[in-house]
Amino acid sequence: MHGQGYVVRVAGPLVTAKGLEKPMMYEVVRVGELKLFGEIIGIEKDLVYIQVYEDTNGLRPGETVEPTGLLLSVELGPGLTDNIFDGIQRPLERLREESGEFLARGFSVNALDRQRKWHFEPLAEVGVEVEGGSFLGEVIESSTVVHKIMVPPNVKGTLQWIAGKGEYTVEECIAKVELPDGTLQELQLMQRWPVRIPRPVKEKVFTDVPMLTGQRILDVFFPVIKGGTACVPGPFGSGKTVIQHQLAKWSDVDVVVYVGCGERGNEMTEVLIEFPELKDPRTGGPLMDRTILVANTSNMPVAAREASVFTGIAIAEYYRDMGYDVALMADSTSRWAEAMREISTRLEEMPGEEGYPAYLASRISAFYERSGFVKCLGAPERTGSVTVIGAVSPPGGDLSDPVVQATLRSVQVFWGLDQNLAFARHFPSINWLNSYSLYLDRIGEYYNKSFATDWLKKRNEAMAILQRESELLELVRLVGYDALSTEEQLFLETARSLREDFLQQDAFDDVDSYCSLKKQYVILSSILLVHEIILQRIRKGEDYASLVANPIREHISELRWLKEDEVPDWKQMQDSIVKSFSEEVKAHD
Amino acid sequence: MIREFRSISEVNGPLVFVEGVSDAGYGELVEFQLNGEIRHGQVLETTDRFSLVQVFEGTQGLTPKTTTARFLGRGLTFGVSEGILGRVFDGLGEPLDGKPRPFVDKYVDINGAPINPVSREYPAEFIQTGISAIDGMNTLVRGQKLPIFSGSGLPHARLAAQIASQAKVLSSEEKFAVVFAAMGITFEEANFFIQSFQKTGAIERSVLFLNLADDPTIERIATPRFALTAAEYLAFEKDMHVLAIVTDMTNYCEALREISAARREVPGRRGYPGYMYTDLASIYERAGRIKGKKGSITQIPILTMPEDDRTHPIPDLTGYITEGQIFLSRDLQHKNIYPPIDVLQSLSRLMQRGIGEGHTREDHSAVSNQLYAAYARGKEARELEIVLGEAALTDLDRLYVKFADRLESEFIAQGEDENRAIEETLAIGWRLLRMLPRSELKRIRDEYINKYLPKVES
Repeated sequence: MHGQGYVVRVAGPLVTAKGLEKPMMYEVVRVGELKLFGEIIGIEKDLVYIQVYEDTNGLRPGETVEPTGLLLSVELGPGLTDNIFDGIQRPLERLREESGEFLARGFSVNALDRQRKWHFEPLAEVGVEVEGGSFLGEVIESSTVVHKIMVPPNVKGTLQWIAGKGEYTVEECIAKVELPDGTLQELQLMQRWPVRIPRPVKEKVFTDVPMLTGQRILDVFFPVIKGGTACVPGPFGSGKTVIQHQLAKWSDVDVVVYVGCGERGNEMTEVLIEFPELKDPRTGGPLMDRTILVANTSNMPVAAREASVFTGIAIAEYYRDMGYDVALMADSTSRWAEAMREISTRLEEMPGEEGYPAYLASRISAFYERSGFVKCLGAPERTGSVTVIGAVSPPGGDLSDPVVQATLRSVQVFWGLDQNLAFARHFPSINWLNSYSLYLDRIGEYYNKSFATDWLKKRNEAMAILQRESELLELVRLVGYDALSTEEQLFLETARSLREDFLQQDAFDDVDSYCSLKKQYVILSSILLVHEIILQRIRKGEDYASLVANPIREHISELRWLKEDEVPDWKQMQDSIVKSFSEEVKAHD
Repeated sequence: MIREFRSISEVNGPLVFVEGVSDAGYGELVEFQLNGEIRHGQVLETTDRFSLVQVFEGTQGLTPKTTTARFLGRGLTFGVSEGILGRVFDGLGEPLDGKPRPFVDKYVDINGAPINPVSREYPAEFIQTGISAIDGMNTLVRGQKLPIFSGSGLPHARLAAQIASQAKVLSSEEKFAVVFAAMGITFEEANFFIQSFQKTGAIERSVLFLNLADDPTIERIATPRFALTAAEYLAFEKDMHVLAIVTDMTNYCEALREISAARREVPGRRGYPGYMYTDLASIYERAGRIKGKKGSITQIPILTMPEDDRTHPIPDLTGYITEGQIFLSRDLQHKNIYPPIDVLQSLSRLMQRGIGEGHTREDHSAVSNQLYAAYARGKEARELEIVLGEAALTDLDRLYVKFADRLESEFIAQGEDENRAIEETLAIGWRLLRMLPRSELKRIRDEYINKYLPKVES
């Protein structure tokens, strides 16, 4: 082929080539006899540095390197949901059909099925002016996602022709646009986009809408907004992946992109088994129908791990452009950073902290900055969002790790996982004392307005009790429990109840796994009301032990196991709490 | 495709530069001939002018001028067949038991290929090891990779041997095999395993790869890959359920570090190379089940944590890849408790799907959670007691301390050949929970409490 070069050096995933005529940065090339996928990541005189996305065993100097002229891109169109891709968007199911249970090399498989026909409904009319993002029509992609067919971002002109209602493959022409220079551009159901470039939007906008997760500690204590960013750092075994899975399951978004980056093979299998069986709490369809998986497990080639995060976010941005709320989970960004480090080392770049490349922090922040709540391009007017939640796996759980530090500078929410909580099987093991959400005030206002006027107040009350507990526990360590006043003992008791009946949530329990906002409010308010009542009464000199023994507390501790429709509303619950304490007074009299 | 060169220009630790080779494959196998002795090497970096080769047997006595390097045109392979069962090989797959080489069904690249995630079957079959601390609280399932985090002087070898001899899947009689890879362990420890396999008769169904403490260091890079290649063949082509014991990963990582240092790479934490995570994953991920295949690979790697430090890079990176860990504790060892498994620091990530109704028993998950919570509380109270004295504890806390003591001495502790059925393990758990007031059993549903909680305390 014209302009091709040849390999001069192979060192792991990094290949150096010579003789390419017009190499372009981030161009995709095919390396060697096996035609391994590679991407140009450096050009130095006539030497070209290529990171190869497949195992390079057996590759020799002298083998050819073919240019493709294309930037590393994703295919965007119907057929993405309910699918699992590798780091460079090859569908793993198709790869298995082609190459068997183990991943073979050099297979070129299209991301989107070329044979499958989709039912297209036109929405736009001939003669209108269209621009990037304008809706042309829609396709029912799955039971939960209506896929909007949009004009690609760089196209602008007059719609000259649009296909009628009917069945089309992703490559068939469905519209023709006359460009300002008079040429006619054909459009398909599918478009391409280079993964390393953010898809354009009209503007980013400020919002206060929370992304509800059904996880009590997150929604109440450390919430995230739609279009926001959060990170979950923690040592191994502290439950990062379970939290990521929970968010992927229960977040109230339209589309979920889950990037398994350098993690365990069986974790992806788990998602593949579980998600088709679970129901989307919003639409009732199978969860898998709104989910796109990008899997590059720890034993898959390291360079593709670097690409997988970009592949994921480009897909997320595409659905956002349709006007959807999208959540992207990246598990784990540390493995992504390590892949960058490995390539950088092989390039013999000057290392920064801990051997990571000097551009680590800027890459991380650029990635998180691709999140946001935005006004989308094109007609009709609409908003969409991408929320990014990254897991971080610091060595030894040490938060001074450069990846954690770079991440903390970019994200607004920090869910710090705590190994000691995990040891005691307190899950989710998010430490409530050091986690934070910078969205809290905004979302608190939103909750106050749209849900209950005292939301933020109650949240802060509960937090204060938990803070108080940690101080009191210090004291207990010095002087013993009996030295505490009954009032202080009550604080400890309430804090324990908050921890066990509210903060703890069993991801593996059918009922407890998801908790609606209403149920969260009832449990939290009940614990606080009981605390308030007992506090008042012991101040009046009543006996602490008998107050604490009130059976209503037992009842409150069972609330989290009740199905959504069995949970009493707050008014009812309030009445029965007040009643049970007044009955006790009668019993005393 | 065999090419011969006599152009070694530089020797640096285990690495050799061969000039004038313009077409060596990455990872290609190289044979060095020096005075009648043959050593093996593998290409680490290849350019159009020279190759960088790591020599497995080391470079001692290697004279650049008189040594020939033969590039064999292929990577490292292992000849597999069912004939490997019952055999002992060295760290590079050569027979060590004095018998002729087994016949070869086919040669397989020892690096293997990653299992396509969609081909994986999720491991959910309960393996009964007969050890309460594992079965009850850190359940092992078929196809899991569950390492033992140990320290020098702790009985990880005894524990691994006990698991190997007792492990069985309830209600099934299927073909099993044990693949054992030793990297840099002592003759004594290797001998202990062999004796133990002989005692149980498992030796006939075992394949052993031994690189002992006095064997070449760099060979350790290849040893686990030979072993797992054998394991994959037996599991996925011969339908066997393979238990792969790989010990000691710490020695493996040290060999990795040695090569990295010789290459003058930018070191990561504690001098270990930055790609150690990826490298370890290429070993640990070679476990699991595959859809449509009968066999499985369950992997039990053993590593000794330097200074018992679980944040050391070796256990740390391992923990991020494996599906949990069995953590051995020096404290329990000092209390004379065998197996000294610290259940709080141990974890089995695949437990949830391997237990409960249809696998073990309906109450298993709840009992395990409750035991965890109660033991954690007991240990906390015990610490408090040390600081403040017993008098400062509440009655309930004193009860929890007693609970923790009994959990250690009755539940965790057991004999080296004591094989407890899962019902027995759960019964001990319930017996201990009986000590606590019923209102403390918050993690267990009432129906299970009514059904299983003993009526009288014992």
